[in-house]
Amino acid sequence: MSASDVPLWAALPAAFLLVCGGLLTVIGSLGLLRLREFYARIHAPTMGSTLGAGCVLIASMLASSALAERPVIHELLITVLILITSPVTAMLLMRAAMFRSKS
Amino acid sequence: MKLRPLIPVLPVFLLAMWLLLNDSVSPGHLVLGAVFALLVTVAIARLRPLPAWPRRLYVAIGLIFHVLIDIVRSNLAVGRIILGASRYQPTVGFMKIPLDMRDPHGLAMLAVIITGTPGTVWAGHDAENNVLTLHVLDLKDEAAWVRTVKQRYERPLMEIFE
Repeated sequence: MSASDVPLWAALPAAFLLVCGGLLTVIGSLGLLRLREFYARIHAPTMGSTLGAGCVLIASMLASSALAERPVIHELLITVLILITSPVTAMLLMRAAMFRSKS
Repeated sequence: MKLRPLIPVLPVFLLAMWLLLNDSVSPGHLVLGAVFALLVTVAIARLRPLPAWPRRLYVAIGLIFHVLIDIVRSNLAVGRIILGASRYQPTVGFMKIPLDMRDPHGLAMLAVIITGTPGTVWAGHDAENNVLTLHVLDLKDEAAWVRTVKQRYERPLMEIFE
């Protein structure tokens, strides 16, 4: 099994999704550079952890399902765990920043 | 009180997780996963004695659909703001939204939804007055945000958890 075994009907959309996910994550990370204050920057990386990660995971499901010739959906678990955990860090950072600017 | 169907979330989620991780639905894994899920549920009950009893799962399906659409939309909006940041810096700001929901699980879900959507972060909750502080990347139309949070997210969450 190698990458060249993935049939074309799965490889094309998977490649497209990978490029989209990569672009979204890059733009999100670029936000850390281009936005000027902390309160604006905290919003940028969320792009990578939502739609960016989502595109990559759908691409992974598509490619591995086509390779194994049956539905492979472990990736759903990764999606759920990312969606549950990544907001917690954002909220912690936010609360910490608010606490510091208050004192 | 009317009879309402209750779904035990934690054991069902744990069983689904077990089956996904093992990538099989053979009877052996079903039994093993069920035993494991029940044991963990009993252990957790001592740590957190407040179980969540969501109802009306059809409401949850609609809510998930709405949240997915909003995530895609706000990803594009935040991307546009970042790419245009050299000419125009967004006006960030806090705003307060009074809530009607009291259920802690509903509030936790609301926090995850709001923070998980790019462009908004849950910045605090006053438990006494039940007021939510929201931080928005591009704060232009406060009324629109209040509408989104209250009607699109809070109302279905109240139907599910209360």
